[in-house]
Formats: sequence, structure tokens, C-alpha cells
Amino acid sequence: MILVWLIAIPLTGGLLAWLLDRGDDRLPRWVSLAAIAIDFVLALVLWMQYPEKANVLPGGAWFVEVRSAWIPGLGIGFHLAMDGLSLLLVMLTAFLGIMSVACSWTEIRERVGFFHFNLMWTLAGIMGVFLALDLFLFYFFWELMLVPMYFLIALWGHENRIYAAVKFFIFTQLSGLLMLAAILGLYFAHARETGVYTFDYLELLGTSMDPAKAMALMLGFLVAFLVKLPAFPLHTWLPDAHTEAPTAGSVILAGLLLKTGAYGLLRFAVPLFPQAALDFSPVAMALAVAGILYGAVLAFAQKDLKRLVAYTSVSHMGFVLLGVFAWNELALQGAVIQMVCHGVSTGALFILAGALQERIHSRDLGLMGGLWSAAPRMGAVGMFFGLASLGLPGLGNFIGEFLVLFGAYKVSVVMTVIATTGLVIATAYSLWMVQRVFFGARREEPRPSDLGVREMAMMAFMMAVIVWIGLYPRMVLSTSEGALNTLRQSAGVSAPSERMSHTAMPGANDDGK
Amino acid sequence: MRTLLWLIPALPFAGFFVLAVFGARLREKGVAAIGAGSVGVSAVLAILAGISFITSPPPGGSWTQTLWTWIGVDGFRPAIAFYLDALSLVMTLVVTFVGFLIHLYATEFMSDDEGYSRFFAYMNLFVGSMLTLVLADNLLLLYLGWEGVGLCSYLLIGFWYKDPANGSAAMKAFIVTRIGDAAMAVGLFLIFMNLGTLNIQEIMQKASHTWPRGSGLAVAAAALLLGGALGKSAQLPLQTWLPDAMAGPTPVSALIHAATMVTAGVYLIARTNVLFLLAPPVQAAVAIIGAATLLLAGFSALTQRDIKRVLAYSTISQIGYMFLALGVGAWSAAIFHFMTHAFFKALLFLGAGAVILAMEHEHDMFRMGGLRKELPVTFWTFLIGSASLSALPLVTAGFYSKDLILWYSWSSENGSPWLWAAGLAGALLTSIYTFRMVFLTFFGERKKEAGRRPGRVMTIPLVALAVLSVIGGFAELPRTLGNMPVFSEFVNTVLPPVKAAGEAQSAEAAMQVVTSFVSLAGVYVAYLLFLRKRRYVEGLAATRTGRALHRLWFSGWAFDWVYDRALVQPFFWIARINRDDFVDLFYDGIAWYNGFFHGALSLTQSGKVRWYAMGIALGTVIMVGIAVVLL
Amino acid sequence: MISQVPFEHGLILAGALFALGLIGVMVRRNIIFILLSIEVMLNASGLAFVVSGSRWGQPDGQIMFIFILAMAAAEVSVGLALVIRLYHLYQSLDADRASRMRG
Repeated sequence: MILVWLIAIPLTGGLLAWLLDRGDDRLPRWVSLAAIAIDFVLALVLWMQYPEKANVLPGGAWFVEVRSAWIPGLGIGFHLAMDGLSLLLVMLTAFLGIMSVACSWTEIRERVGFFHFNLMWTLAGIMGVFLALDLFLFYFFWELMLVPMYFLIALWGHENRIYAAVKFFIFTQLSGLLMLAAILGLYFAHARETGVYTFDYLELLGTSMDPAKAMALMLGFLVAFLVKLPAFPLHTWLPDAHTEAPTAGSVILAGLLLKTGAYGLLRFAVPLFPQAALDFSPVAMALAVAGILYGAVLAFAQKDLKRLVAYTSVSHMGFVLLGVFAWNELALQGAVIQMVCHGVSTGALFILAGALQERIHSRDLGLMGGLWSAAPRMGAVGMFFGLASLGLPGLGNFIGEFLVLFGAYKVSVVMTVIATTGLVIATAYSLWMVQRVFFGARREEPRPSDLGVREMAMMAFMMAVIVWIGLYPRMVLSTSEGALNTLRQSAGVSAPSERMSHTAMPGANDDGK
Repeated sequence: MRTLLWLIPALPFAGFFVLAVFGARLREKGVAAIGAGSVGVSAVLAILAGISFITSPPPGGSWTQTLWTWIGVDGFRPAIAFYLDALSLVMTLVVTFVGFLIHLYATEFMSDDEGYSRFFAYMNLFVGSMLTLVLADNLLLLYLGWEGVGLCSYLLIGFWYKDPANGSAAMKAFIVTRIGDAAMAVGLFLIFMNLGTLNIQEIMQKASHTWPRGSGLAVAAAALLLGGALGKSAQLPLQTWLPDAMAGPTPVSALIHAATMVTAGVYLIARTNVLFLLAPPVQAAVAIIGAATLLLAGFSALTQRDIKRVLAYSTISQIGYMFLALGVGAWSAAIFHFMTHAFFKALLFLGAGAVILAMEHEHDMFRMGGLRKELPVTFWTFLIGSASLSALPLVTAGFYSKDLILWYSWSSENGSPWLWAAGLAGALLTSIYTFRMVFLTFFGERKKEAGRRPGRVMTIPLVALAVLSVIGGFAELPRTLGNMPVFSEFVNTVLPPVKAAGEAQSAEAAMQVVTSFVSLAGVYVAYLLFLRKRRYVEGLAATRTGRALHRLWFSGWAFDWVYDRALVQPFFWIARINRDDFVDLFYDGIAWYNGFFHGALSLTQSGKVRWYAMGIALGTVIMVGIAVVLL
Repeated sequence: MISQVPFEHGLILAGALFALGLIGVMVRRNIIFILLSIEVMLNASGLAFVVSGSRWGQPDGQIMFIFILAMAAAEVSVGLALVIRLYHLYQSLDADRASRMRG
């Protein structure tokens, strides 16, 4: 039942926040904060229990599960379940949820109740995406998170918000539609094979079909997830949406929505169609590497702080894509760490950008500079997250990127080497950002105030998480380990890495004959 | 002592943490106590560790202390673990001790700077990272320290952040070294993939079992690690960042850009010596790069006006000597030169700092002069440092270490007369540019009154380092002069001994005479050209080739210019033209076509009910017509 | 007993009425007349229902006719109310002038 609570609490909290919006702004804020904090505590409680429960289960897979019929006539069930991977992402969702409520505390002043309603419902949708094991339910949550997000951008965004919101909506909606078609295709393919009409993920695993069809269906899923991720060249909605969204919206977009794409790849696209994913993996890895470099170069070129950070997301999520399609334990663990750390560090950068915008009413890098002397705490925090984003060892992002690269090296040396050059460009854009914002001489006089207690507390938590994962990632690694192994098993023996190393040595087989 | 090993790097990190969190609320005294104190305690611990290590040598010649497993995924389990053997002990002692002296110096040098606590926070972070680097028992932890020192170098070069020039120098330093680091990262991937471990000792064992000498993988691994070392140690072709790095405060230049961080490349190569021994082409490349770098940097040092830039090029050149030593297989000689260089170069930078402070932040040597009388302590200590750098015979530490390198570059198995000749020419250049600096700064006519004199806290480190610059060399007396190779016997418990071709002792003595003569000749040339007959050198510089050469050398052989044209500008250009993301054009195109057809169709929407009625009627007729025709 | 009107005749009459109404809607600009023409069209379809109902002897046709009558009455009342509003707004009954919303 706890899984249902995880989703129901933010839904209720959001509704309450909307209904209680009667003049006093504080009420909706506190209600939302309380709701998402309860969620976070629930997730932590689950995490505490995880080691014991995981040991009982073979492979450490689903340790909490809820299953009941929803529309039995069509084989649609209400099936939620949690394994280590979803647990990590649920914790991330609740954590960033708290941050996004906190960072809107002074920024949002209009329609506060409705804002928090949308925020909470998006978060609930994301929770659902991470927990749903029924493909129809998954699609339901997938759409549930989009609509409130659209409103967040369109109503509380910046200058060009309508354009950005519509672009975001069209990209995600269209790709979501493709996914729906693929889900239905899989549903009927399964029915044809077994005679059972079901949307249940666990039953659909291992459905056999002819390769061409599998590839088509896999691509349907893939496009939806690659748009979300976002992978080159499907990324162009992201800079606009991130830039125009209010701070909380950017935090959720970068920190969580992108992770739903990665999660979808890990949970659905590859395990459901292992062979097709294997065949596609060279292309996917090439796209990943292209995204790493392309995003980095574009980030370097930007003049708008939030846009810069948005493009760094393209680059960093490229590592996740690379890791997923390398599909060995190192790379997958790296991808998971990268997801968590990118969520936190990029979220923090967006919060900083929001704090700056509140103070100097601009995101233009040309108008910043020399802020260190006025706001040293902000400078130090900005430096910290800049360093996290360039992958400084000792911080979590380093662990993620390096594990991915170590894993990818086993699969493709060339791709890995090219991706590694992304580290150099990452240095360039991160330092450039810090340089432009905090160093140099202050151009305009009104000195912005430094980060306050609320903002500093948020930043302290986020920095602690990054350092903790950077120095002691094992708690995260051991949480996701069982889940990833199960995923790799359910994808069958044809995990790309093993297969590739076989195909790389055809001579060995020939000799045997 | 063994269980306290972790405290040596942890104390500076703790100092950093305290200063970063509470630094703004502390007064200067408190900051100084924490900043210098943490490194000082760390130095004391290192000395205690050294004593106990030497008096009761552990079996296997090393201590390992594992704190926790850092990452544990599928056989990939690098640990946070420290490894102390003779090599890392020498490094640790130098880093903590010289580091402490420089911290002490900085407590006075940096006083009244508004970033006082920030400065010491960064410095402590640096020392902690550097100690992590040298004590790491696996390459991934070494990489952590490696990037950590790079970060601190960046932070401290750009310490005075209000001047954008400092910021770009800092960025340049970080990015250029990061290029090398990317190569090194690939090297780590390759090593882990093929040897299945990143633990340095295991790598060394497995490599010599699995890879035959000269095998492709060994060459690739060594070459990639060399890439990292080239960046960090400012060797060709990645040397361009170091002269610009002088934008940082002078204690930073002394600690990071002379004594410790820039020699990390030397340490890395010595640490992974087995890989380089397995890859003869790479080892030869190390020697050649070292020789080329020491010459090119020596020429550039001759022409600089900024006292710190002279020292910067000199540092590049001296690290070139260390690379030369590594390349010819004289591992212990390289580490020995690292140690003496740390003493005298730190001393020279600190002395230069005192001069710069006295001259009210004037860096140009041509606007100084005659400071001998005004800053006597600074002068004498600076002179000792210069003598040591120029390797004046017998009484200076630099003589013993450089002589060893030159001797092995001739006599060892991998040595060659060419390498030796380059080293000798470099020695001549070294003493010319060193004494050019001394004469311009301390002799001649006085051009400016000396302002602030160094106080006691700044004097103690100068004197201590001056003493070390003299006696440090006696740790290794060559066989012609007493034959007491204490130092190399100690580090050779870790490093392979030199494979000498077995030249006679008389040859070595003859070499020493030649080297001594060359360095003295350099001093005389400098005296002649820069003190007595200035017009010679002015006349020389005024000729056409003289001007061209001067410009070439002054700009550091135009490497910056080439890189700017070949790499930096194209990158900026690509970034600039694609600022608006050309991929978006595709989607914009789709959107535009949608808009176009929308506009066309919306013309039919006139708002006139009668037209709509007609449309409906026509549509019905057409539909019915189709139905009739088809059925 | 009233002689049976042939089925086809009834349909032709309904079709003719419908066409007349449609032409009225298309050519008249006065909203009142457009409304009148719509009434004619509605009644034409009603007639068609009734005729068909009697042809197959089913009550459905007449039910539909009553249904249409009720709907037409409702429609006319709303329509006329709108006409009055439009007249106040534009001081005319020209339907083409009320095209500002391009609906």
C-alpha cells in the first residue's frame, strides 16, 4: 500500500493546496512541502528496509508490490512495484520535490495554490512513472506528468513561455503517442502468441516476435524515451523549456523528467526488445557520443545562463544513454549514478540561476560578472556545482561518468575515446560559466544580496548529497545492483556487451568448426 | 604510526573544510593558525612516519592503509587507500615540509588581502589533494588527487578574480591540463580493461606478466599516462599554461607551480615505471620530450622581463631535466632532482615574492635593480637559490642532482650523446638566465625604493629553504665525491636501478668537471652581458634576427599563437555559428510548414454563415456522389 | 379511408423543401430569413421521417418528428434571442456582418 501512498499523498496535497489558496500564500506552500516531505520520509523508510527485504528476494528485485485489477476486460491492471532502481529514483523525486517547493517560496507570487497543484501533480505523475509495472498505467502516468508541467511553463514561465510550453508539449506528446502505438503493438503481439491480452510488464517480458516488428516497436518506445532524455537530435525542446520555465519547473524538468526517459530505456526499451536494442546499440551509442559533444559545444556558446545549463543536460544525459546501451554492469551502474547526480547538480544550478534572476532580473551572462565579492556564498556554491558538472573526482558526477566510460570501453573503444574528449569541453563550459557569472569586475552597481538561510540550507543538502555519492557511492550502488542484475537477466543472454565481444571475435568460432 | 597514515592528507582537508565554512567569521590570526597549522601538523606526522618507516622497515617495503572500498561494481573495486613506500615517503615529506614553509610565508605575504581565509582554504585543499595523489594506492584515487590539485591550481591562479586576465589564465591552466587528463583517463580505461585492476602494485605485477616488452597495449597505456603527465608537468606540447599561471599570488607559484604539483607528472611516471619499461618507444619519447623542453624553455627564460615568468620557464626547463632522467631510466636521479628543485625553486619564488612586495607589485626586472643592500636577507637567500639552480659545483644541491642526470643521460643504456649535449646546453642556459635575473634585480643602479621589507615570518622560510638548497645535495654523493648514494639506495627499494653501460669512474669525473665549467661559464656570460657590457646584448637584440628570435623566445616559441589559431579560434567559431542550434532549424521548418498550411486553410474560415452552409451542402453532395459512384 | 400518398412523392416533396430551405440559408443575408429557412429544412427532414415511418408502419418516424419539433422550438427561441442581441449590437440583421469571430 505504501506505493499507493507515495502517489496519493502528492495528489491530495496538490488538491488541498489549490483549495486552501484563500489569500494567504503560506498555506499552500506549507501543505505542499509537508506532502512531499512525507513522501520523502516514506521513501527513506523503504530504503532503510531495503537491505533486509532485498536479501530475502532472489536477485533483490521487486520488494514492494501492489497489484489489483483496473480494467480487467482489457487486461489492464493497477500494478505498482518497486525495486532498487525505482527506489533510488523515487527518493530523487521526493528530494527534488522538496527543493522545488522550497525554491519557489519567494519566486512564485501569483496563483500560488494552482502552482503548487501543478507541481504536486507533476511529481505524482513522475512517481507513478517510476513505479508502474503495467504498461497502460505507465502510459497514464507518463501523460499525467506532462499536462501540469505544460501549465507550469505556460503560466509561470518567462518572456517566451508560450512558445516553449507548446514546443515541449508537442515534442513529448507526439513521441508519447508513438509509445502508445508501440505499447498496443506489443499488447497484440503478445496476445497473438499466447492468447492472453495483458499490459502487464512482467508478462510481456520475453514476448517473441519477428525481428523487423520488434525493431519497429522498440523504436516506438525509443523515440519517446530519447525525446525525454533528450538525445541528439531530438533535444531541441529542452533548451527552450528549461530556459522559460520557472525555477521549480526547470528543476523538475532537468532533475526528474529527463530521468523518466532514462528510466524508460532501462526498464522497458531494452528488456522488452533485447535483440532489437542490441542491433540498434551502435547507432544509439553514436547518438549518445554526438549528444555529449554537441551539447557541450552549444553550452559553451550560450549567453543565457539557464540555456547554458540546459545544454549541459544534453551533454550529461548523453553519458546516461551511452551507459544504457553499453549494457554491462559497470556502465549501467554508472548511468544510474549519473542520473541521480545530474538530477541534483543540475537542479542546484537551476536554483542558483533562479536565485540570480530574482536578484538581478536577468539571465544574461553579459550582464553578470564580479558577483563573487557581493555574494561569496553564492559564488562558492556556483563553483561547487560547476565543478560537479565538469566531473571533478570526489563528486558524484565523476563516479557516474567514469563508470559509464569504464563500461563503454568494454564495448567500443572508439566511442569511449570520443566521449572522453567531452570531459575537456565540459571543463571549458563549466569554467566559462563560473568565470562569467562570479569573476571579473562588477559591471552594475546594485549589489545583489547573498544567499539567505533558506537557499543556503537547500544548497547545503544538495552539496552534501553530491559529495557523499562522490566519496561513498556504495550505498547507491548496492541499492541498484540487484535491480540492474535482474534487468540484465530479463534482457536475456543477449546483453549487448557480451554479444558484441563474441561478434568481435568471429575467428574464434570459425576455428571451432 | 601506521594507522595514522590517513591523517596526513586528512588534516589539510579538515583545515580546508573549517576555513571554507567558518573562514569568513575568523580573524586573520585564526585563519593563519588553522591554515598553516594543519599543514604543519601534517608535516610533523609525515616526519614521524618517515622515522618509523626508516628505523623499522616494514616487510615488503611498504605500508598500506585501506579506509574503505570506494566503488564496488563487478570486479571494479578501487579503494580509498593509502600506500607508503620509499618513493611516496620522499614525496610526502617534501610536500608537507615545503608546503608548511610556504604556508608560513604566506601568513605574512597575504596579510590584509580581503580573501585571506579563502586563500588558505584553497592552499589547504591543495596540500590535501597533493598528498592524496602521492599516497594513493590505486590510479583512480591518484586521479582524484590529480584533478584536485589541478582544481586548486585553477582556483589559486584566478585568486584575484576581479581581473579577467587572471581568470583566463586560470581557465587556460585547467583546460590545458585537462586535455592531458583526458588522455590519462583513457589510459585508466585501457589498463582496467586489460589488467582488471587499478591498484598500482597489482598493475605493475600483472603488466610485466601479461604484456611482453614493446607490446602494443603496453605502449598505448604508457603513452596515455604520459599524456596526463605532460599536461600536469607542463612539458611539450602542453607547456603553455605554466607561464600564464604566474598570475596567481607568489606563494602559490612557489608551492604549486614549482615545488609540488607540476612535478606530479614525474611522480606518475616513476610510480608506474614498469609500464614505461615495457614500452621502450614511449620511454625514449619521455627522454626526447624532456630534452626538447628543457632547451626551449631555457631560451624563453632568457628573454623574459617578468621575474616570475623567468622562474616559470625555468621550472618547465628543470622538469624537462627530470623527464630526461626518467627517459634514460635514471629513476632515482629524477626524484632526487625533484627534491632539490623543490627546495631551491620554492626558495627562488619566495625570494621573488619578497622582492615583488618590496617593489609594490612590480614584476618587471628592468624596473628593479640594486636591491642587494636594501633587502640583504632576501638577496643572500636568493643568491643561494640561484646558485643551486645554476648547479654551481660542490656547494649546491642543484649540482649533485643535475650532475647525476647529465651523467646518466650519457652513460645509461638509454642515454645518448645527443641527450647529454642538450642537457649540457640547457645547463649553460640555466646559469645565464638565472644570473641575468640576479644581476638585473639585485645589482646595478637602484631604480625604485624598496617599500615593505619581509618580516620575521617571511624570513624563516627563506632561510630554512636556503639551508636545504645547500645541504639537500649531500644526501647523494656520487662515487667520485665520497660515494655515499644514500638517497638512491633508499628510493631504489621501490624504483629499478639505473642500467648503466658501465663507464669508468674517470669518465664521470671528467663529466663533472665539464658540467661545473659550463655552469660557471654561464654565470660569467651573464655577468658580462647583463652587468658589465649591456650594449652587447642590446646590440644583439637590435639586429633583425635578434629581434625575431627575441620575439619568438619571448612568446614561448609562439606555441600560444599556433594553438590559438589552430584550436581555440576554430572552436570559438564553431560555437559561435551554431549558437542557435542548427538542429532546431529542422523542427522550425516543420513548424513553418504547419503554419503555412494552417494559414491557407484558415482563409476558408470567413465567419459568414452562408458560406459554411454552402460548404456543408457541397461536402454532402460530394460524399453522396462518391458513395453512389463507388457502390 | 384516405388514399395512400405514394412513398416516393412524399420523399420528393421532402427533398424539394429541404433544397429550398438550403438555398434560402445560402442566399439570404437576413438572419430572420436564415432562421426561417432552417425551419423549413428541419420540417423537410421531419416530413421525410414521417413518410418513412408510414411506409414501414413503424412509430419511430413520428417519434422523431415530435423530437424535431421540440428541438426546433428550442432552437428558434435561442436563435431569436441571439438575433435580438445581434440587432442591438449591429443595428442590422445582416448575418455577414457578424463575422468578427471568424467562427
